[in-house]
Amino acid sequence: MTAKIETDAHSGQQTTGHEWDGLRELNTPLPTWWLYTFYACILFALVYVVFYPAFPFTGATGTLGWTARGALPAELAAQNERNAPMMARLRDATPEQIAADPELRGFAIAGGRIAFANNCAACHGAAGQGAPGGYPSLADDDWLWGGELADIRTTIAHGIRNQDSEDARATIMPAFAQGILTTPQIADVAEHLLSFTQRSTSAAAAARGATVFEENCVACHGERGEGNAQLGAPALNDRIWLHGGDRAAIIAFIAAPRLGVMPAFGQRLDAATINMLTLYVHSLGGGR
Amino acid sequence: MSLVGPIEAEAPPPPLYAAPPRIYPRAVKGRIRRVKWAVLIVLLGLYYVVPWLRFDRGPGLPDQAVLVDLGHARLFFFWIELWPQEVYFLTGVLVLAAIGLFAATSLYGRVWCGFTCPQTVWTDLFMLVERLVQGDRNARMKRDAQPSSLDRTLRKAATHAAWIAIAAATGGAWIMYFNDAPTVVRAIATGAASIEVYFFFGLFTLTTYVLAGFAREQVCTYMCPWPRFQGAMLDENSLVVTYRDWRGEPRGKPREAMSGDCVDCAACVNVCPTGVDIREGQQLGCIGCGLCIDACDDVMRKLDRPEGLIAFEALRNLAASQSATGGMPPSAKRFAIGMAARSAPRFFRPRTIMYAAVLGVVLAVMAGAFLMRETVSLSVLRDRAPLYVQLADGGLRNGFTIKLVNKTQARVAYSLTLRGLDGATLLVQQAALDGEGRPLLVSSPDGITEWRALVTIPAARRLTGSHPVVFEIRDPLGQAIATAQATLVGPAQ
Repeated sequence: MTAKIETDAHSGQQTTGHEWDGLRELNTPLPTWWLYTFYACILFALVYVVFYPAFPFTGATGTLGWTARGALPAELAAQNERNAPMMARLRDATPEQIAADPELRGFAIAGGRIAFANNCAACHGAAGQGAPGGYPSLADDDWLWGGELADIRTTIAHGIRNQDSEDARATIMPAFAQGILTTPQIADVAEHLLSFTQRSTSAAAAARGATVFEENCVACHGERGEGNAQLGAPALNDRIWLHGGDRAAIIAFIAAPRLGVMPAFGQRLDAATINMLTLYVHSLGGGR
Repeated sequence: MSLVGPIEAEAPPPPLYAAPPRIYPRAVKGRIRRVKWAVLIVLLGLYYVVPWLRFDRGPGLPDQAVLVDLGHARLFFFWIELWPQEVYFLTGVLVLAAIGLFAATSLYGRVWCGFTCPQTVWTDLFMLVERLVQGDRNARMKRDAQPSSLDRTLRKAATHAAWIAIAAATGGAWIMYFNDAPTVVRAIATGAASIEVYFFFGLFTLTTYVLAGFAREQVCTYMCPWPRFQGAMLDENSLVVTYRDWRGEPRGKPREAMSGDCVDCAACVNVCPTGVDIREGQQLGCIGCGLCIDACDDVMRKLDRPEGLIAFEALRNLAASQSATGGMPPSAKRFAIGMAARSAPRFFRPRTIMYAAVLGVVLAVMAGAFLMRETVSLSVLRDRAPLYVQLADGGLRNGFTIKLVNKTQARVAYSLTLRGLDGATLLVQQAALDGEGRPLLVSSPDGITEWRALVTIPAARRLTGSHPVVFEIRDPLGQAIATAQATLVGPAQ
């Protein structure tokens, strides 16, 4: 294309020299400051590309070697340092003392929520609602091993039926089908358990089961099936059944119990975090 | 073989940019110039004085009358304290400002641009400095045309030093709206201020220096969106700076018989801060400051001719004068006929009435919203998971987070009750109980307090699906303060 620059007679401005169907375009240049700003931006971009990671997919890091991940530890350390005085108080206090101090309690529950999501939510659910398959709800009012702050702290710190801690909660229930009770006896006991919540269909079987229950189960589960948190023996007279509360599930469990296991978090987390978790779990709803 | 004709010599490509022509506005005296000085003094005075006003709000609170406290997320305006969630009041003020701008424009053209816009006010101030140090238009043009000299360098350096000093004072003043003014000024002076304070101090100093010292009318013509659509607010009844061409044309020497009132002295062009020629009619570059009116009136007085060759005039009147005097030669009679053809300005027009009505409605809505603004509010958020918890006795439990927002400066205590489901019991963790055994929510002053609440639904109620309930807080006298809707949830049917 030819670029024939002319001066437009009407406006006195120069044209760009381009012509389309007889229409000629006036040359209205950009202001200098605008153009220099634009050049400055280009220059900035060039400098930025050299110093900072700018090319995608290449792994190029830039001459400063700065990475977002590399900056994280320093930020975490700074955050930990800010929290240090509070964490020291949480470490040295008992859960009861923390619960009595609104400032400490608020901090503990906020921190406990994070620690719970990191360590506990995989089995117990994001909000402690439990999960099918024997992961108990922490939000209800039924506590296998006790719902007081001290009980909760012990369970978290030492765990249940693990090899990690000598103080782990360790009581077990035998498999009654392994030469202790006969199959009809187990069915009778199940009938007796159902009668606690008025679901029994055979009074005779329940009566037979009551005898068996008295001889084999009362020591742990109590005379009326009220359970014993000291031994981790659940209440059998309520509506909460960790492994299912219908007849078949009860019979299967008596025959061959599935005993829950939980790691000792006292060996993984510091004392302050254990205390924060204790307060958080206690606040979920069912703490006593 | 080519179908194209002989190739012409390639001209060099045109430049992609061009330096704007330098504008050397001349000093002017007159009525409008006095108004502009007065407006400048009042506006800059307000800007600098307001952060220093004190207002006692009690212990623990800032005593600055107007303060945007970003650290604590509060906006203080005398007795008003706004929280971030009430930022719509600020939006409302901006809406009011926008409609006020439209209304003013439809009445008086670009008065905002010409008199009150910060860009105009600061540019005016910078031009004053320029004149005081380097002399008026002719002296400046002459000196700039000469080769570099010590005198010129010193004067330029003095001008820029004064500009930077003014710009720094501006940046400092802006910082004062976001920090306690006496504290931050002392901190800046002693080098003890935070890096953020210095950054914004420097940023506003730089922008003021560049925008008022260099960019000037380029801001109005290139950067500002307002001149681009102000034409939609103007109509033929708006009073705009107008050249009365019907009495000015044809231009000529003062004593020539066939020339109009305009003697082509270019006084109007020379005083114009944006360098336009108002005699070419309404244009984007004209900011409506009216300095050309002062300049022209001055010339008319010296020539013993009536003032007002350039004036705030409605375009309707301009057209009326034009058609009444069409074809007449310049004479006293032409002037008399032209002026007689005008009619009184019409301020009450559908457009202005509509703007006033919208302004009134927005004002009323905002005033209503402000007067009915809640100082204490309750919000109840139910747990998303679990939706409900099965209890040992067959009952159900729902968990809620309760937040009490207290915008007052007093510690308040309210009893919380639950209505809507018989038999449901309410437990608020960490809350004391009032005389009747209801949870007592004690809030911290000027803050949000949060509790966890558990609602237990007895087994006998057999709740299924969802059930609406209402949480209510009452003061110790039993007066309802605030309510919040919520839902109780049980197993599906």
